[in-house]
Parts: sequence; structure tokens; C-alpha cells
Amino acid sequence: MSSPLLAVEGLSISFPGEGGHMRVVDRVSLSVAAGETLALVGESGCGKSMTALAIMRLIPKPGRIEPGGRIQFEGRDLLSLSVPDMRAIRGARIGMIFQEPMTSLNPVTTVGDQVMEAIELHADIPREEARGRVMELFGLVGIPDPKSRFVAYPHQLSGGLKQRVLIAMAMAMRPRLLIADEPTTALDATIRAQILELLRDLSAKTGTAVLLITHDFGVVNEVADRVAVMYAGQIVEQGTRVELLSRPRHPYTQGLLRSIPKAEARGHRLEEIKGTVPRPGHWPSGCRFHTRCPFAFAPCPIEEPVRTPVSPTHAACCHLVEREVQP
Amino acid sequence: MAAYLTRRIGYGLVTVFGVLFLLFVLFFAVTDPDDIARKAVGERARPEVYAQWKKNHGYDKPLFINMQASDAKRYTDTLLFEHYRRMLTFDFGRSDADDSPISSRLREGAGPSLSLTVPLFVFGLALSVAVALFVAFFRETYVDRLMLVVCMLTMSVASLLYIIAGQYLVGQLLKWFPISGFDPDPAVIARFLALPVLVGVVSGFGADTRFYRTIFLEEISRDYVRTARAKGCGDARVMVRHVLRNALIPILTNVVVQIPFLFTGVLLLESFFGIPGLGALTVEAIQGNDFSTLRTMVYLGALLFILGQILTDISYALADPRVRLG
Repeated sequence: MSSPLLAVEGLSISFPGEGGHMRVVDRVSLSVAAGETLALVGESGCGKSMTALAIMRLIPKPGRIEPGGRIQFEGRDLLSLSVPDMRAIRGARIGMIFQEPMTSLNPVTTVGDQVMEAIELHADIPREEARGRVMELFGLVGIPDPKSRFVAYPHQLSGGLKQRVLIAMAMAMRPRLLIADEPTTALDATIRAQILELLRDLSAKTGTAVLLITHDFGVVNEVADRVAVMYAGQIVEQGTRVELLSRPRHPYTQGLLRSIPKAEARGHRLEEIKGTVPRPGHWPSGCRFHTRCPFAFAPCPIEEPVRTPVSPTHAACCHLVEREVQP
Repeated sequence: MAAYLTRRIGYGLVTVFGVLFLLFVLFFAVTDPDDIARKAVGERARPEVYAQWKKNHGYDKPLFINMQASDAKRYTDTLLFEHYRRMLTFDFGRSDADDSPISSRLREGAGPSLSLTVPLFVFGLALSVAVALFVAFFRETYVDRLMLVVCMLTMSVASLLYIIAGQYLVGQLLKWFPISGFDPDPAVIARFLALPVLVGVVSGFGADTRFYRTIFLEEISRDYVRTARAKGCGDARVMVRHVLRNALIPILTNVVVQIPFLFTGVLLLESFFGIPGLGALTVEAIQGNDFSTLRTMVYLGALLFILGQILTDISYALADPRVRLG
């Protein structure tokens, strides 16, 4: 297997808090191959957004990436790059879009200029040419009437259009990787489907790999090739979409899937995972899910489970799975 | 935009009428015109002199209703009506203290005042905005904390102390600049203004810098800043192109309203440094029971404040497309 486009290995992120550093992301490893879409799934506060920001090296202060982890992208370790080198990667080789299209655009500049800035930061081309490229991009992401939208201010556009502008901005330099942090959470259901379709189309057309952060298995089902499930700062299960959706091995993944409303379960009480997500940095001992797990047994509160492969592409971190595989 | 402006000016006019009424109550109803006249001519002046002075200065009419007059004159030949008429037509009359025409004194004082306040305003604003941007960039580091100490120190010292210490250190000991005085000759004016401008900038520095820093920090934490970084903007570009541009809106509120007041000068600085501006004129009027001058200055202050508010709204519209186009 050739080396993947993005390989995160042993990434830990900590924030200073009462009583020392709190690890909000703990030894996360994941990889994204060129052109594929990996969905990173988890509840709020599980560290999925921090993982994404770490890849861009945009962890908000005073958080920091702990030494020992590596983020390999196109064969280079992003964590050891100089600041200007990293800046050259942001927006050019890796694009990123965020959850809140409403507030993610600069309110006092036209959206055309904001997308154009993404081009001018990385390519030394005449303004007219850059303008033309922005128009092209607007067409690509399905913004009708690009000419008049170019001079529009963010407050004049709807949420869906703003997200399209942000996608155009992230795709401006044809990045190899697009990180989409809950891109549809703030949007209406109908717009959500359109934006997901756009992301899928763009990825297919340009060969851009996508790291999609979401808490919504509906979204996963629509676009993901592979899925990684995060709980309490760790990745608990990883596999292809089919493997994860049809044969989930980790009790947490199983719980998440059961708690999706389904048409055939109409009239029945919706299942939920009991308990609440532990506070970031205040994780339980042993397996962090043991406090909420219906199958927890003796080793769970004591011993941390190890990553156990169940197929060449599927692995889970659970004592139950460990027993099953190696009795 | 035109409708917006018309409405703002309309509100302004209503406010002016209200201000004039308050002024009337303060300067005519509460302060008895008889008292003013007696203070001006002296307790033991002959009744004719006293009556003549009241007539000359327009204090000889009844307050609200003139029972001796007939028809419309009953309401127009009164102190209240005269007060409105004079103020609205900028016919300020003569000083109660020395009979000099107030409007010519205003013209004489505006120049020295502006020559002090304009550089004070420009340097003060540039310095505090630049320092605030700088410390906001280095937030939560020792640079930021050191600057916090400096700001708190400059805020804690009374401005009177800056004046006296400045005159003593720079004027008396170092002899760099004259201790006080003024000369409008362009060749030497800077020598006289340097020290008061310096003192003014230092005494306003702390509060302004803290204020602008708060504004910048608020902008830095916004989502669009993260977007700018994600597309590859460097720190300096983020601060200037994105943060400063957005912070301009709240900064304008604080700044534009001050601009009209540049005309009225600075009370303390002018009187301590012997600058014959409108601030010094006001202090003089307070000390000399010069009610007509004082009234004029208070009225002008209110007018300028209203003007500042309207200017702020206009500048808002220019800086923020949401106001301009919304």
C-alpha cells in the first residue's frame, strides 16, 4: 500500500486546566488516502474538531499539540514545518470549511474579494485572472449569477449560499485535502442535502480527499468511504462505511446507530445511550466508555483496551472484541 | 440613506429645542437675572445703572409671559423667546463680564484651541490604536501584561499631576519647551504646543488603549478570523486586513463623537498652559460670573455633541455594509 495523503499518528492535544494539563485529544491515529472521504464521527466535545484544527495547526491558544505525535501530509511532517511553510499549505494544499457559515465570512468585505484573497495569497497572478477564477469557482460550487454575487456582502446571502462561498474559498487552489468541520449542521435539511451532494461531486471531479467531521450518521451514509468513530478524545472504531454501518463492533458505535430515528421504528421509543459524555479532559479510567456501556465487565474500568483488527480495514478498541478475536 | 439621515437630523433638532429649554431653566429661572445684574454692576450701584445694565444685556424682560405687551408680543417679548431666537440664530450678544461681543471671542479662541486639540487627537488616537493592536496580537504574554501595568499606571495618575510634573520636568529642569504661553506664529507655535500635547496624550493613553484592546480581542475571537487563517493569511495580514477593518466600527463610535469637541478646546490644559482657546475662555467665564459666555459655551457643547452623534451614524454607514445596504 502506497503512503496515504494524510497520516495522523499518536496525536494528543492538551489544554491547561485546574490541576495540570487536560488531554482533550488522546493518541489519535487516522489516515486519509488520496481522493477518499473519511468521516470522523462523534458527539460534541469528543475532540473531533480539535483533531481537524490540529491538522491545520490552528489549535486555539492556550491549547497545544503534545510532542510525540506526527501529522504526515504529502510525505511531510506538518508539525515540524516552519510557520511560513505551514501558511503555504493552508488554503493551498489543505482547504477547510467550518460549521457556522453565518459568522465564518468577514462581514465588511465582499464575498468575491474574500475568495479572491485565498487565490492571491498563494498564486502570483494578475487581479483580472484571479477574478475570472473566482467566477469559475462560483460556477463550480453552484452559486447562480456569479457576477452579481461577487460584489455581494455576506449579510446579503442565505446560509446555503454562504457555505457555498466558503467551499469555493477552500477549493480555490484545488487542495489535495478538504477538511469539512460539520459543514451542514447549521443549515436547513433541504440545503444540507444539496451541500453534501456538492461536496461529493467536488471530491469526485477534482480528486480532492475529504476529512468530514460530523455527529450525524445520515451524513456519513451519504458521503463517506471510510468512518472513524471518536469517543472521549480517542478513536474507538475505524472501518469502511459498509463495515461500520452494517457490522459495528464497538458498543458505542452500536449505540449511536441505534439512536438514529428510523421509519420502520415509528411509534417505538427511540433508543439512546444512557448517561452523558464525560467532560473533556476528565475521562474515566480504563475503557472510557465503560461508565455508559451496557456490556461492561471486569477489565473495562481498569484496563485500557487496545486496537483490535477484525478485518484488514476494520478495527475497534474494546475488551469484548479483544476476547472474541483472541479467546 | 437619505431618509436615514433626514430622520437623524430631525431627532437632532428636537434635541436642540430640549437642550435650549433646559439651558433657559438653568440660566434664567434658577439663576435669577436680578442676581446676575447685581453681581455685574456691584451691590451698591445706583438703580439707574442697574436698570440700564439689565436692558443692555437683555435681562429686562419677564421670563415666560409679558403681561404688559399685547397680542403676539405677549409671548415674543419675553426672556424665553429671546433666548431661543438668539441661540438659534447664533446671535450670542455680549459678555456679562466685560461687554465684549461673544462671537468675536469665539472666533479668536477657536484657532488656538484647534491648534492644541487636533494634534492631541491625532497623536493620541494613532498611538493608542497602534499599541492596542500590538498588545492584542501578543495577548496573554508578558508584553501584554507589561502594557497592562503601564496603562493602569497612566490611568491612575490624576491629569493635574501630569500637567504640573510635565511643566516642572520638561519646562523647568530640562528646559526643552516653555512652561506655558502661546504664539500663533507658525515658526514657534510647535514649541508652545509640544508640552501640552504630550501631557494630553499621556493622560488619555491608558484608558483608550485598554478600550481598543478589548475591541480588538473581541474581533480576534470571531469565526471569520479563523477562516482567514485557514486560507493561509499570515498574522500581520489577519490583524490589519480583517481585524482592524472590522474593529473600525466600534472604534468609530468612540472617536467620531469627539471630533466636534475639538473646537471647544480642553479646559485644564488650556488654562494651565496659557493657551487663549475656548477652554480657557470657559474657565474664565466660570470664574468671572460671565453667564452669557458660559451659556453660549454650554449651548455650543450640546450642539457639537448632537453633531457628533449624527457624524457617527454617517461614519457607521460608510464603514459597515450592513448599515449602508441593510
